[in-house]
Amino acid sequence: MAKRQIRRSNPWTTVLIVFVMFFTFLNLVVVSGVLIGIIQGAVDAVRTHYTSDVIISTLNNKTYIENSPEVINVVKSLPQVEAMSARYLEGGTLEANYKTRSNEKEKPNTSAASITGIDPVAEENVTNLSKFIIEGEYLSALDYDQVMIGAYLTKKYLPIDSPGFSTLDNIKPGVKIRINVHGVEREVTIKGIIKAKVDEVSMRVFMVDSQLRSIIGRNDYNVDEISIKLKPGTDPVLVRDILKRNGVDKVAKVQTYEDAQPKFIKDMIDTFALLGNLLSSIGLVVASITIFIVIFINAITRRKFIGILKGIGIHERAIEISYIMQSFFYALCGSIIGIIVLYAFLQPAVAAHPIDFPFSDGILVAPVSGTLLRVGLLMVTTIIAGFIPARLVVRKNTLDSILGRN
Amino acid sequence: MIEVRNLRKSFKDGDSITEVLKGIDFIAQNGEFIAIMGRSGAGKSTFLYQMSLLDEPTSGEILIDEKDTHLMTVNEKTSFRLSELGYVFQDYALLPEMNALENVALPLLMKGLSEKHAYEKATDALTKVGLGKRLGNLPSKLSGGEQQRVSIARAIAHEPKILFADEPTANLDNESSRIVMEIFRDLHKGGQTIIMVTHEVEYSKFAERIVHLDDGKITSIDKN
Repeated sequence: MAKRQIRRSNPWTTVLIVFVMFFTFLNLVVVSGVLIGIIQGAVDAVRTHYTSDVIISTLNNKTYIENSPEVINVVKSLPQVEAMSARYLEGGTLEANYKTRSNEKEKPNTSAASITGIDPVAEENVTNLSKFIIEGEYLSALDYDQVMIGAYLTKKYLPIDSPGFSTLDNIKPGVKIRINVHGVEREVTIKGIIKAKVDEVSMRVFMVDSQLRSIIGRNDYNVDEISIKLKPGTDPVLVRDILKRNGVDKVAKVQTYEDAQPKFIKDMIDTFALLGNLLSSIGLVVASITIFIVIFINAITRRKFIGILKGIGIHERAIEISYIMQSFFYALCGSIIGIIVLYAFLQPAVAAHPIDFPFSDGILVAPVSGTLLRVGLLMVTTIIAGFIPARLVVRKNTLDSILGRN
Repeated sequence: MIEVRNLRKSFKDGDSITEVLKGIDFIAQNGEFIAIMGRSGAGKSTFLYQMSLLDEPTSGEILIDEKDTHLMTVNEKTSFRLSELGYVFQDYALLPEMNALENVALPLLMKGLSEKHAYEKATDALTKVGLGKRLGNLPSKLSGGEQQRVSIARAIAHEPKILFADEPTANLDNESSRIVMEIFRDLHKGGQTIIMVTHEVEYSKFAERIVHLDDGKITSIDKN
């Protein structure tokens, strides 16, 4: 009966209902997927452009990773490791526009920053940092007295002026600035400006590691951070545990990218997921009301025929099931189209062209298990929404239905 | 055989109660063709609905082949209607989204027949009423007379014990009415029990007995 009703019903009505179910599906999956994707995009960016898969950093009570060369040798010996970048980190101040300062009383244009010494080639292999150069060029291993500066240290890219935080004005490639680290001052040239949606990139100054080492006088080659990129398919937990078993955790913190996430990021993922679910629930309610109205109108306008069916001996349950099958059909069609659009078009498109949120490149997070759960929810809701109006009409007195009596 | 004992039916409308059937006793033997006649409001359709188990009498008993229908549950009555009774309604009562064959096959499928068997029986029934070549037509593509013949085919396809017809010719022209009544006559000749409500004397002549109803009571029973 359901098959006949759908086949012989107005095709535009069927298309419209399936369309509503399709958008309900998208609402269920995409809204929460985008909300989670905002944070996931940020998490992924931190992983890709800063921590990589595993990060080794200084213990809380140390200023650097002791026995770094040994640690680096351990890391290099692991077959799971594809690339690694060891970094030197020191707090320092930057000063710009000192040549145009007219007198000593004028406030110098300074900014505090984390000065990061890198091996440009190793860093590129791990974090692909050159991709984020927005002005000028990426560092090369022989660049002495040259730096890449994070865009958020410049007024041009972060035009805010708040107490305790200042940015450098008139910064562009070729401009000279002063760097002061532990009282040692160097004049360096801006080689490039770098910008990513990761503060650890956009708020740092990068210079060649050998030069920073000479500035801070660190001749023992002890570094402050080691980012490790693993071969595809390698579980970061496995490598973390190997490093711990090799005693690296005695001299440094060894964390996977997930371990290194601040708690608030995890809380935000949960919060956004909750928000997504709340919004999806509203979509679900709208869908169920739509199906309810559609089936109710369908059933009420066919009340006479339902009466006839009952009259000729068709059981109420069979008639109700035919309406449930109709609802199921609409939900199934909407979901199938939704799944095709989601996985064949939307997700790849958003992955290729992430949504440009201010603090992250938002992706669409739609794991298959979660999607199937939502499809199940949609099915159950629409089946209930189809059953209730069918039941209301079917249970009316048979003869009253046949004769059109109220 | 259908036996009706002291059948009463009243309708409540607010505080007022209208008694439509006022204690009817009646017996129809197997294979009989009975016409129920009476003026408008006499209670003839209400009488038919009670006997055909489409409605619940206020009191009284209806026994079909000695089965007390009063004791049946709603589901049992539904199953009984599906297997033992056939209906022809005044306005054909066909499902508009199903073609003639599907309309006739539906109760057979619901009865549990295989699709092949149900469609074979439905085809036979439609052929019997002269619509063997209109199987795939939707009701909207059939004339009123043809729709009523589909309705008859649906009513007889499952070989019911009793065929109930509520003014089957009321909406038909003379030619179509004649065809329908001839089908009833042929069915009756084949041993089918038929109970038909009609207000047309001409068609009541096809019946063996005519039950006259007035003011909710049987006033006379004539034999043709």
